[in-house]
Amino acid sequence: MEWRQRYAISGIMLYLLCIVFILFMTFGQDVQGPVWVVLYWIIMLFTAVNAVAKSFLQEGQGRMLYYYTLASPQAIILAKMFYNMGMMVLMAILAAILHGITSGYPIVNTPSFLLAMLLGGIAFAASFSMISAIASKASNSGTLMAILSFPMLIPILIILIRISLNAIQSDDLRVNLQDLVYLTALDVMIVGLALVLFPYLWRD
Amino acid sequence: MLKHLYSNWWKGLAVIFLLYTFSFGLLNKVPNVVILHETIRNLYYHVPCWFAMLFLMLVSLVYSIKYLRSGRLMYDIVAVALLRVALVFGVLGYLTGMLWGNYIWGDLISWILGDTKTLGTAIGLLMYFAYFILRGSIDDEEKRARVAAVYSIFAFTLLNVSINVVPRLKSSLHPGSGGNATFTVYDLDSGLRMVFYPAVIGYILLGLWISSVLIRMQILHYKKNNITV
Repeated sequence: MEWRQRYAISGIMLYLLCIVFILFMTFGQDVQGPVWVVLYWIIMLFTAVNAVAKSFLQEGQGRMLYYYTLASPQAIILAKMFYNMGMMVLMAILAAILHGITSGYPIVNTPSFLLAMLLGGIAFAASFSMISAIASKASNSGTLMAILSFPMLIPILIILIRISLNAIQSDDLRVNLQDLVYLTALDVMIVGLALVLFPYLWRD
Repeated sequence: MLKHLYSNWWKGLAVIFLLYTFSFGLLNKVPNVVILHETIRNLYYHVPCWFAMLFLMLVSLVYSIKYLRSGRLMYDIVAVALLRVALVFGVLGYLTGMLWGNYIWGDLISWILGDTKTLGTAIGLLMYFAYFILRGSIDDEEKRARVAAVYSIFAFTLLNVSINVVPRLKSSLHPGSGGNATFTVYDLDSGLRMVFYPAVIGYILLGLWISSVLIRMQILHYKKNNITV
């Protein structure tokens, strides 16, 4: 159902390109490993806010009602989440490539960084979809989106940055195993919670 | 629990426990621990704030779930009142922690970032401040209660991740993690325990008391407008 607005994806890609270019202009090519990692996740955070926030905020009242008659709430939130997860993982890879071209690529342990990208993208997409559903019920939802979601994402970001910092230092996947397991559990938990809670938001 | 809203015995208990805490907390003998010295007495006044905050949040979570299951406005009123008071205790916990941190860790504020426990609670407070803004921006009462309950459950779960899981991954300045001993190691059985546990109970009862007043005010407000809750 999101495919009707393909230009939105191109818009987000351009947004990504702009951020990376601005960072390139301000930091130049000489970026240290830890700074690179932190910049990367901040890029991801803002891309996620812009990309996923739209998933419910953009839908008009009429279309919501149409979906309501069409599918069960679980199906709708799952569909939204899967779409957003796919998009976030795509954006994560794209951001890594762009950021890598402009400021170098300090990651030694690519598999664990890739896993972090995958699990982080899923966590971002799932929690933002849910928050966006909550914010869409209120007025001035744009501001609400940010203040509701940023505090929730800080723990996820802390874990992600830890994994990535380890990925700069050693090429042993086992160092990150514990964090990756935590992150997977977190993903499962967020999706599960969303499945349980979304039906209450949905009936209006 | 709601049936005790109007009874007095537990309020008396709160007064007794708090009087005990504030008198014996300053009078009793404390173990002489290097660096901490007499500031260890802050244990009675700082740590119970967090215990009370988390307890009130937990009870509020229970009432949020109850609200979603039943749709009774009463449960929503209870959940909000508890969260309000929990936030006050959280801010108090920060203020007393800042005083303590000033003497032990060197300054008033920089340890918020250095320590994952303080960071986690900062996140928690931000989340629940956002909760009240969310409530403020929905007009319809029933919808507001429902959306807020959903958010509260979601937020509490993620808050638990940030205060229970993340601190185990990072080092911390607080006792009990990062190689620092928990306070059970310091002679807690004789002196500290005697005051600490009553202090926790007293703070929790005080929190429940304040929120019961808020709840009763809300009930009166609804009664005035002839709405049964």
